[in-house]
Amino acid sequence: MKASKLISLIIFILFLVLFYACSRNSDKETTIKFWAMGSEAEYVTKLVPEFEKRNPGIKVKVQAVPWNAAQEKLITAFASDNTPDACQLGNTWVPQFTYLNAITNLDEYINGSSVVKKENYFEGIWDTNVLDSLVYGVPWYVDTRLIFYRTDIFERAGYKQPPKSWAELYDLCKKIKALYKDEEKYAIYLPTNEWPPFIIFGLQNNASLLKDNNTRAYFNSREFKESFEFLIKFHKEKLAPIGISQVTNVYQALKDEYFSIYISGPWNINEFKKWMTGNLTDKWSTAPMPSKSGEDYPGVSLAGGSSLVVFKNSQHKEETWKFIEFLSGPSTQIKFYNLLYNLPAVKEAWEDSSIANNIYTKAFYEQFNNVVATPKIPEWEQIAFSKVQQYAELAARNAMSIDNALQKLDKDVNQILEKRRWLMSVEDE
Amino acid sequence: MNSKEKNNIKNSYSFASTAAYFFIAPALLAILIFFFIPVIAAFVISFTDFDIYALGNFNTVRFVGINNYIRLFEDPLFWLSLKNTSYYVILATPLSIAVSLGAAMLLNSKLLKYKSIFRLSYFMPYVTTLVAVAIVWRFIYHPKFGILNYFLGLVGINPIDWLGDPNWAMPAIVIMSVWKSFGYSMIIFIAGLQNIPEDLYEAASLEGANEWQKFKSITLPLLAPTTLFISIITIVGYFQLFAEPYIMTQGGPLNSTLSIVQYMYQEGFRWWNMGYSASIAFVLFFIILIITMIQFKVQKITSK
Repeated sequence: MKASKLISLIIFILFLVLFYACSRNSDKETTIKFWAMGSEAEYVTKLVPEFEKRNPGIKVKVQAVPWNAAQEKLITAFASDNTPDACQLGNTWVPQFTYLNAITNLDEYINGSSVVKKENYFEGIWDTNVLDSLVYGVPWYVDTRLIFYRTDIFERAGYKQPPKSWAELYDLCKKIKALYKDEEKYAIYLPTNEWPPFIIFGLQNNASLLKDNNTRAYFNSREFKESFEFLIKFHKEKLAPIGISQVTNVYQALKDEYFSIYISGPWNINEFKKWMTGNLTDKWSTAPMPSKSGEDYPGVSLAGGSSLVVFKNSQHKEETWKFIEFLSGPSTQIKFYNLLYNLPAVKEAWEDSSIANNIYTKAFYEQFNNVVATPKIPEWEQIAFSKVQQYAELAARNAMSIDNALQKLDKDVNQILEKRRWLMSVEDE
Repeated sequence: MNSKEKNNIKNSYSFASTAAYFFIAPALLAILIFFFIPVIAAFVISFTDFDIYALGNFNTVRFVGINNYIRLFEDPLFWLSLKNTSYYVILATPLSIAVSLGAAMLLNSKLLKYKSIFRLSYFMPYVTTLVAVAIVWRFIYHPKFGILNYFLGLVGINPIDWLGDPNWAMPAIVIMSVWKSFGYSMIIFIAGLQNIPEDLYEAASLEGANEWQKFKSITLPLLAPTTLFISIITIVGYFQLFAEPYIMTQGGPLNSTLSIVQYMYQEGFRWWNMGYSASIAFVLFFIILIITMIQFKVQKITSK
């Protein structure tokens, strides 16, 4: 009885497999596999029907990958030859996957395209996808870091305008801190588990971060040291909270005036909107980064966002490219913005009233005209996340002098870059 | 017994053993494929600089001999993670054994009613998902709004920044993980206690022994094998500390809760330095092996 049931079940499954295989063969349809991360995956599926209608014969299968496991999953997929046709890739990961030889060069497709053109994009963002003057990704949506602040507190501290220079920023923070006297409140939040401000201020001071064709660390340079000292000063003078455990919720903290300035990205616009309600609704805003002297305002920030890439193993590159062109069209970009509020990479989309009328995105548009990429090497993530943050924390907590911290940072980073130096020396021979 | 019968027995014996191999073959094969081969592969990888470049182009793998191990011994972060883990084990093991033994004795008491309810509620943390537990404990430890600091405040102790202060973060992890895991050892202790014959206690009572004397001279010695077993699995388990700091503190503040396994995970799966990461794994393996061997030696000596 049981055995016969099992056998019939097996036969049934075999039938299903056969049926599925046949049904796939009989159609002349191509299915392209697209991996997207987090909520992007959820919302991009809403755009797919439109694409399938315009391109009969091409089906798109979207698979969601959680952000925090994305890199691991993609690399594992690559190692086992299971990569999708295309995927969304954080643009700082583009170098890594290029070195892995996992993604394909797109110049040929871009040259023949009427939709994807370099001049349609922000220059700094486009550049993050270029390695050795070859393009490996098309910007999908963009982000950068700038200032989120409390307008009412700024006014109380005597600032009608957001700070335009480092000196103004420092002065403003001093004045905000003075508003609270002995209360445990701060002016700015510069958590040491977020590396971007430390790199941004370095770049604003023309620090080169790495040298010798990105094979050696150069954090111990005069330029980087100056910017690093500037930021650590906020911690040392109690203008910024040192630990990160007090702030379990940055939105609540800004609401409670625990701090009034936070350097963050566009994903927080809607979160702050949700939290800053009631009489606080119009008490916050966004502003571009200050610059060092204030003359070349706004100062530089990081070119972030996600790019669309095509995998080398893809059997349907032409069809995949059509999908990428579809996602890059201004109308699709506007639709995607209205679904998820990810800022569009295509400049034309910014002219749409839904974005142009948003008071919080204006600062971002200004900022995007002055963004640069972090060093385009596969080791950068490790350098930024593990080393820059580690030594920033040690310096902020005064567990190490700034000189000592930067020397050790250079030493550790040089160790990480050892393989890269070796590879470059082999290439030269 | 004639020789023919002997032969028959021998034949059937060898047939039986062949059959036995046949039966265990699937399990052996699975262990071979999913355990021994990966372990050997990891051992080989620990002598190379297998990294993200190697995934892209296998030719870039270099055989580096014992360089990974040398680098490891010069790596301050490795020593820090080893120190943190040892500190954790030294703090948490005795505490966990004391708490679970205490709870087991209370639950084994004849005076207690509704034993199963208590047993269930003490065992509950052990089977609860760590992620959920960790989130709740993060609230408990919150420096401003946490309930723990509130209670400490009632007895006049100043608030402690449990997870934010490098000196307190590890003790905070210890408290949480002991609370989380003592239920399991408690169940084993209860089984051990129930194996102690009741008449020993009765005889001791007749001789006029008090509770402490009974505990010292009857309970503890007769529980020795159970205690040894529990201490081995506790130490081995605690040396692999990972999820608690990973969720609660990400190894911070100032790397004061960075454990060996977490460092290994970071190097291997976050930064793809597989070679270096594998060498950390083998050092951890030898540490655990040595501790287990010492414990068995101690057991042999004491049982004589």
